[in-house]
Amino acid sequence: MNFEFIKTLRQKSVEVLSVLSVIILWQFTADFIVQNKLKLPSFYDVALSFFSVIESGSIFTDLLVSLLHFGIGIIAAFFIGLPLGIAMGWFKKTSRAVDPIIEVLRPIPPLAWIPFAMAWFGLTHTAAGFVVFVGMIFPIIINTYSGFKNIPKVHVEAAKVLGCTKNLDLIRYVALPSAMPSIISGIRIAMGVGWMCLVAAEMFGVSGDGLGYELWQSFHLHRMNFVLMYMLLLGFLGLFIDSSFRYYVDAKLLRWKAGTVV
Amino acid sequence: MGRVNVKNVSRTFQKKEDGSETEALENISFDVEDGEFVCILGPSGCGKTTLLRIAAGLETLSSGEILLNGEKTTDPDPKRGMVFQQYSLFPWRTVIDNITFGLEMQGIGKKEARKRVEKYLELVGLEQFRKSYPHELSGGMQQRAAIARALANEPEVLLMDEPFGALDAQTRNVLQDELLKIWEHKHVTFLFVTHSVDEAVFLSDRIVVMSARPGRVKEIIKVELPRPRSRTSLEANRLRDHVLKLLEEERYTK
Ligand SMILES: Nc1ncnc2c1ncn2[C@@H]1O[C@H](COP(=O)(O)OP(=O)(O)O)[C@@H](O)[C@H]1O
Ligand SMILES: [Mg+2]
Repeated sequence: MNFEFIKTLRQKSVEVLSVLSVIILWQFTADFIVQNKLKLPSFYDVALSFFSVIESGSIFTDLLVSLLHFGIGIIAAFFIGLPLGIAMGWFKKTSRAVDPIIEVLRPIPPLAWIPFAMAWFGLTHTAAGFVVFVGMIFPIIINTYSGFKNIPKVHVEAAKVLGCTKNLDLIRYVALPSAMPSIISGIRIAMGVGWMCLVAAEMFGVSGDGLGYELWQSFHLHRMNFVLMYMLLLGFLGLFIDSSFRYYVDAKLLRWKAGTVV
Repeated sequence: MGRVNVKNVSRTFQKKEDGSETEALENISFDVEDGEFVCILGPSGCGKTTLLRIAAGLETLSSGEILLNGEKTTDPDPKRGMVFQQYSLFPWRTVIDNITFGLEMQGIGKKEARKRVEKYLELVGLEQFRKSYPHELSGGMQQRAAIARALANEPEVLLMDEPFGALDAQTRNVLQDELLKIWEHKHVTFLFVTHSVDEAVFLSDRIVVMSARPGRVKEIIKVELPRPRSRTSLEANRLRDHVLKLLEEERYTK
């Protein structure tokens, strides 16, 4: 076990060295050059703030609340965006009917929806979830739609000749799997946008908990080491969500693409 | 049973932009007996694919009709299997699951379907590749799998659109041999499109030679070479010469 650990360390020596040097450089700059905790809290201060929120347990509530906001947004965006994208991609009429509406709504920055999110849902988790939803839905719709548009005709025709002739079956057995890579990349883009919207929505106080909210509060209290700690936390969490999603997707949904040259 | 009647089939394509018309097929008629192997041979662009797509129910016709056992072929039907010119396996399904696709569409469970298609997997010699994805196969293997996939539906007629067109000469010969073996094994009518004279002479009972666009039936040639056939026999060469001359005429009249 210990031996394994050392082996990995050795294999990743360049990466480890790089991270270590940045930390040392950071600590040094904060202590001896900047010497101002409001402008640049040191690594040690940030680490302390991290342990303090773990000790108080507040980090767990905030984490869960942020994930709740994110979850509301992604579930709503998925269950509305996916069917809409499918309908637009498969039935020309739907696309013609929905497209102009999407083209008008899409360029509106999701954060501009925050006032209405509060007007409609009050200061609730739903309001924060709604802002995340607005950020996520368009990439999902658009990638689903374009995935459907790019289905090779020969696959649809092969399916028809093999006895798959109903629209619903063609969508389920041919179009969806064929468009899956595009849909997945849409979801990944959406998660990135949604993550940004999440922090902004929480900073605006749409709800009284969450990492983004705490980050903003710490700023008002001039606790910049906490601000930086929450920033890093958001970064790591975003990375974690994205890579677990990728791992799952590559192993389960897109196994057939492994090794293909795209 | 797979008797095919092609009756006075014409097809004209209209361009949407300027309303200009392309006549792809003009008054095509011929009949295919049950269990017969018929090749449709013609220069590129003479409407071979269009004709086959009409027979499959993937394309409409302007006039005339195509019948399978007396029934019009207006919609796709598993009774009319098709192997496409392009690689058409579903890339997200393994070889075996590509072959079970037709049975799954008939409502047969995956497990049972896999059991049933085992013999087709063997027939095309892909047992070792059952769990491979299409992109892991060579072109020849992909077309083998596509043939197995079409056969698994137990079609009455198999429509093949230059299935070996993209393969190298060696693989092509091997697959032609295998195809004939399958044909002897299974009671299936073959309607096989090709632009290769060698292929047509080697495979068919009869060759429908088509003229350049608009596609018409130029001549129907009965190939009375004994099977198994030699690719280089004198009679085969003589027949090839004859067919080549017919095709050359097309090049000059154009
Ligand atoms: N969907 C289509 N729309 C317009 N023209 C078409 C269409 N399909 C085929 N054609 C035209 O019909 C002619 C015959 O095409 P095709 O059947 O593919 O020939 P072949 O398979 O013998 O090479 C060509 O000139 C082609 O451009
Ligand atoms: Mg063709």
